Amino acid sequence: MRNTSLLAFSGLVGAGLLLAIAGSPGAKAENDPVYEVQAGRVDQHTFNGYRRYGESCLRCHGPDGAGSSYAPNLTESLKHLSYDDVVNVITNGRQNVTKSQNNVMPAFGTTEDVILYMDDIYGYLKARSDDKLPRGRPKRIGDDS
Amino acid sequence: MKLKRTLLGCTMMLSVAAFALGSPASANDELQKLQGDANQWVMPTGNYANQRYSALDQINATNASKLHPVWSFSTGVLRGHEGGPLVIGNTMYVHTPFPNNVFALDLNDNGKIIWKYEPRQDPSVIAVMCCDTVNRGVAYGDGKIILNQADATTVALDAKTGKELWHVKNGDPAKGETMTMAPMIVKDKVYVGISGGEFGTQGRFTAYNMKDGSLAWNAYSVGPDEGMLVDPVKTTNMGKPIGKDSSISTWQGDQWKTGGGSTWGWYSYDPALNLVYYGTGNPSTWNPTQRPGDNKWSMTIFARDADTGMAKWVYQMTPHDEWDYDGINEMILADIPVKGKQTKALVHFDRNGFGYTLNRETGELLVAEKYDPAVNWATHVDMQTGRPQVVAQYSTQQNGEDKNSRNVCPAALGSKDQQPAAFSPKTGLFYVPTNHVCMDYEPFKVSYTAGQPYVGATLSMYPPKGETNLGNFIAWDAGQGKIVWSDPEPFSVWSGALATAGDIVFYGTLDGYLKAVDIKSGKELYKYKTPSGIIGNVTSYTHNGKQFIAVLSGVGGWAGIGMAAGLGNDTDGLGAVGAYKQLSNYTQLGGVMTVFGLD
Ligand code: HEC
Repeated sequence: MRNTSLLAFSGLVGAGLLLAIAGSPGAKAENDPVYEVQAGRVDQHTFNGYRRYGESCLRCHGPDGAGSSYAPNLTESLKHLSYDDVVNVITNGRQNVTKSQNNVMPAFGTTEDVILYMDDIYGYLKARSDDKLPRGRPKRIGDDS
Repeated sequence: MKLKRTLLGCTMMLSVAAFALGSPASANDELQKLQGDANQWVMPTGNYANQRYSALDQINATNASKLHPVWSFSTGVLRGHEGGPLVIGNTMYVHTPFPNNVFALDLNDNGKIIWKYEPRQDPSVIAVMCCDTVNRGVAYGDGKIILNQADATTVALDAKTGKELWHVKNGDPAKGETMTMAPMIVKDKVYVGISGGEFGTQGRFTAYNMKDGSLAWNAYSVGPDEGMLVDPVKTTNMGKPIGKDSSISTWQGDQWKTGGGSTWGWYSYDPALNLVYYGTGNPSTWNPTQRPGDNKWSMTIFARDADTGMAKWVYQMTPHDEWDYDGINEMILADIPVKGKQTKALVHFDRNGFGYTLNRETGELLVAEKYDPAVNWATHVDMQTGRPQVVAQYSTQQNGEDKNSRNVCPAALGSKDQQPAAFSPKTGLFYVPTNHVCMDYEPFKVSYTAGQPYVGATLSMYPPKGETNLGNFIAWDAGQGKIVWSDPEPFSVWSGALATAGDIVFYGTLDGYLKAVDIKSGKELYKYKTPSGIIGNVTSYTHNGKQFIAVLSGVGGWAGIGMAAGLGNDTDGLGAVGAYKQLSNYTQLGGVMTVFGLD
């Protein structure tokens, strides 16, 4: 899987099939999913990313991607990892199990709740990592709650 | 696997002359006797009543300031260290989080390792452990050490050699079933529970035969009557028979099959009534709209016959949970005056923020009061129906899916989580480690996939408005339902307490201190900063006639997830930034047992 980027398309809800497309490593930044933050409010995709993060990632990476006692602070990680790196680790997982370390990042390659919304999750974490989004539940653009 | 009876030895049981091997009745007598010996710490809960009380008084309120560490032991494992060691005779048994190593240490030889057990488990189980890879300790009985592994295997080891005698599969990690709880041994059986409420596990309480690990019985928390070991006529709730199909009639369709009600807390046992007590966890998912009904018997206190498993009574604390107020916290058995009348009481500090006192023989509800003044999701518990009176503003069901319910107190981690409280028969009071944290909670629709999280809500957590401390350590009068004293703590108190006849209470803090406070006033008498944050429980024992205090440090668990980076909430414009202390600025990972004594 090393040199393969698995790009999962968000928006294919219910397609049931995981579309895996081989691409070149280190995709260009302009192809990366984007997020939108306007006066502290986010677009629906980024909001969905926040929510999916809460469902599948929070129990290890802590509230708001800020890290826990054993899983990395993703707002830091995303300053260093490319979009492809992130997709790769989420899809395939990563184990760092030694005598003293028992770190397991699960593989989400077959988890629809994650794969189908990969770009939303990435966008949300990227916004957090870029310091464009504070901690807590983001408000949606055009939403007053 | 054949038992090697010759290996079961009397030699380690120095203070117990009569130790007959193998026979069920004697195992019962042995443990019942041992649990009363303050020189040893023979079960994770201290005694069957779950009191976490030590009758030792060499270390006392007068000399506690002279305490100091005398030796320590690194477990070689990082991650969250919950539970505490056992001391049987001159041997101390120490467990670790995943990979769940067990060490037998020789107290006669400066803690030299007599044996160590290192199970081989598929590390992929870590991916389905809810909140860190904690384990709450081993149990001793019948010359065996019983360990619940993360991968849902229960293992019996020869206490003398560490050799595996039998093992049994109690669940399937592929379905999100794991084990973190400490087993309890009663007579010829070992009771175990299952974790996985966040993965839609059908919770259950299971008894295996100590002799060979064969199944004695299994009692589900939710589902058809037969599977739950309830009798529609004889099993009561609030004094009345529960009736037929009491569980499935409170779920829509087949939802009970993935209904949760996990059983990962501390159990207790009353030998005179022959009843065993425990609580069941949250219904799955966390999205209440998706599972209409009371979702019985999740969030329930169960009293079961210790031999047959049949339920004598049940009491559901949080019908149709809307906040993940997982009801697994320990039941403490104590004979205390309740509103002036001497009572065989069961006292329980629920995640939902109410301290309950029940008659443990009948299940009658006697007291239900808030043990943290911040609790706001319900005004009170109706003593006639036993139901909490939910405040509409904080009802995530009434606010609905995709709506953010704000400022709900307590947060999902509860006013108290699993960290067990202590009871002093000398003062008649309970000493309770608590969380002082509120939340925003937004439920959303999810679908069930085996082995995948089945959560369905997002939350943000923060201290109550206008406050900065995330925890309190309190003294509680369970007969009146009142706080007697309260010590604020900067972080949630996530360590099990110990009360002693020396008029001291011990507890650990997330920033790593072991603290001794005066049992009457809560005044701090001694503190020492251990290598890492403490989520373990404090233990006391003697060796060569001297009293010692032992505690595991090693930050982690839910506390390590929620607080490592501090708690954040932008909904109030970050008005109290100072409150969001980062635990990671105070402590790092590390697994060490520290033993304290006097000169
Ligand atoms: C069971 C716990 C667990 C869950 C759930 C989990 N992770 Fe991880 N994750 C980890 C651990 C542990 C690591 C570090 C692994 C290592 O040390 O190599 C990690 C690493 C990562 C990394 C790489 C970080 C770096 O600095 O290299 C990313 C990105 C990541 N996770 C994203 C996610 C996302 C997104 C989710 C939810 C879809 C998620 N994780 C769910 C435990 C988890």
